Amino acid sequence: MTDPNLSSTDLLRSETIPPPRHELQDPENSPTNPTGKWGRFALICVPYVWLLLFFLVPFVIVAKISLSEAAVSIPPYLPVIDWGRGLLGLWEAAQRWSLDNYIWLTEDDLYWRAYVSSLQIAFISTLLTLLVGFPLAYGMARAPRSWQPTLVMMVILPFWTSFLIRVYAWIGILKTDGLLNQALIAIGIISEPLVILNTSIAVYIGIIYSYLPFMVLPLYSSLEKLDTTLIEAAEDLGCPPWKTFWRVTVPLAMPGVIAGCFLVFIPAVGEFVIPDLLGGSSTLMIGKTLWVEFFSNRDWPVASAVAIVLLVLLVIPILLFQRHETRRNEGDM
Amino acid sequence: MAKKPLGPVRRAFSPWDDPSEQPFIEFRNITKRFGNFVAVDNLSLKIYKREFHALLGGSGCGKTTLMRMLAGFEAPSEGQIFLEGRDLAGVPPYKRPVNMMFQSYALFPHMNVEKNIAFGLEMDGLPSKEIKSRVMEMLSLVKLEGFAKRKPHQLSGGQRQRVALARSLAKRPKVLLLDEPLAALDKKLREETQLELINLQEQLRMTFLIVTHDQEEAMTVADRISVMDKGKILQNATPGEIYEQPNSRFVAEFIGDINVLDGQVTNKELEDVKMFSSVLGSHLDVCYPTAANVGDHAALAIRPEKMRISFDKPERLGTNAIQGEVWDIAYMGDVSIYHIKVAETETLRAIVANTARLVERPITWEDQVWLSWDSDAGVILTR
Repeated sequence: MTDPNLSSTDLLRSETIPPPRHELQDPENSPTNPTGKWGRFALICVPYVWLLLFFLVPFVIVAKISLSEAAVSIPPYLPVIDWGRGLLGLWEAAQRWSLDNYIWLTEDDLYWRAYVSSLQIAFISTLLTLLVGFPLAYGMARAPRSWQPTLVMMVILPFWTSFLIRVYAWIGILKTDGLLNQALIAIGIISEPLVILNTSIAVYIGIIYSYLPFMVLPLYSSLEKLDTTLIEAAEDLGCPPWKTFWRVTVPLAMPGVIAGCFLVFIPAVGEFVIPDLLGGSSTLMIGKTLWVEFFSNRDWPVASAVAIVLLVLLVIPILLFQRHETRRNEGDM
Repeated sequence: MAKKPLGPVRRAFSPWDDPSEQPFIEFRNITKRFGNFVAVDNLSLKIYKREFHALLGGSGCGKTTLMRMLAGFEAPSEGQIFLEGRDLAGVPPYKRPVNMMFQSYALFPHMNVEKNIAFGLEMDGLPSKEIKSRVMEMLSLVKLEGFAKRKPHQLSGGQRQRVALARSLAKRPKVLLLDEPLAALDKKLREETQLELINLQEQLRMTFLIVTHDQEEAMTVADRISVMDKGKILQNATPGEIYEQPNSRFVAEFIGDINVLDGQVTNKELEDVKMFSSVLGSHLDVCYPTAANVGDHAALAIRPEKMRISFDKPERLGTNAIQGEVWDIAYMGDVSIYHIKVAETETLRAIVANTARLVERPITWEDQVWLSWDSDAGVILTR
């Protein structure tokens, strides 16, 4: 055996001498890159311009409104920046901005409870979606190759109908004389209809149903890539199948689990349609609170503050998670 | 690189010739069907303790299926597999005392080298101190001491191969299964690793079963080779026997290069056989024990390195000589392969060692030469 540090490929590699400096071509004039530096710059610019226009600008507008105060006017808040006077108008408006709306959010415990309840509902339904989605994705990934496109299609198929209509349909299923209760009574499992509609359970059912594809697809894509010889290798080394699942399959499916959980958790926190249609008055969710502030109370500044706080609540843990992941990957090196 | 002391000389080892010896692994009348496809066809094979056995054949010959049945990944459709006399039917892979080194290495990408090697030991519930020392032992065995904390993607192909080997050896299995273990390595590294495998097997005194399509690899590492085709073993013998006494045309042509002449047996006295080759239009003398009788069609097979070429007709007794023209010369460095056109539709190959420098090569293209071989150089093939 040779020195492990120097396999024959390494030897070959060490013999390749880098070309002399003067022979390196200016990348801007290189024949292989006709677009040059500016072409590349333009290409990178497109997504950034997109994000700037459609994310950052609306965000700044909402942030600005959240610092304003409600008023009976059009638009329903003050101050309004007088752009006719240029930067001076901006300066004058800025002097009247305040954090009163944020202070208000801390004073009325309705908001606090709505945030906590939303995060809780989103967290539990994400876990439940994972629980339902994992076996589904696993089954899809292990199905015969020729079936897989059909199975993926079946997961995507519900998107062909409007989300709103699908949630409405659940009212018909879950209501007191709905399909579910009728079926359960017909089988004889229950004698009295269950009250499901307008409870938190209905909200969980609605979220799990609606967001299942967002969980299944990333899970499927990571499970489908999983090399089955790794499973065989684990069993060969004395690992029974259920242990192999936890020691090999789950760790390797982790990117899919994380992506799926984010895709379900983030929209679920701000979900409005499902709690509004399926949940009762006792189901407190921030999306509903936001809607009430915005449309019923016409208090745009408070609604904006609610939205900004929600964003911060969601972005900070994600950023922390990403930093942790980057560190962990660097730690490997 | 400092030269290491050489290991012990490989002594003669032939338990298969000893009728009192019990087989360590026995495949008994194994058939494996996938739907209508018969992957392994009523196959029986005995492998002995401390034997290095090679299953050799082209793709789809059933060699990998046979190995996977021993590992427990596939169940035989018919027949039984015994390990130390115990029937393995119904024993799941994770309870079999065999370990496999996979062709793709199948290293766990989320675990570092140390964790990969420790995996099987953890499954056995060994105390962590012992696991630690066993992992270190394995790492030094494959000379990867400094790599314990690396992840598989941070290793070269050769290093990954050695981690896979260490992992499959860590549990000290009764049998090590090697599924095309060296296929992904470049030629030089592969040759080195072959010798290492032999030394390792001597050192650990374990039974190795290797699956390969590379006949040179099988010849180098194995004590015995089973040449497989279409789910059957055509010949199970030592590398020397396989090469010098192939029992069929398939084996003869699969292992190395060989000239095959079709003919008919015209005379037979004990081992002295006369054959008539219609393509050459001449009678040939062969000294080979064969079951073929006078009148039977058979083939005469001669390895190219046993052929000689000369300008003058060799007059020695017991030598076959035919005339031909040098059709092509393939210069390989150490040897040259001469293609001699002996008939309108037949060329035969002769290998000549290049003992002299290239500048003075006496025989060249279009020369009329005599191609000759001793009567005991050839083999008669009846199937």
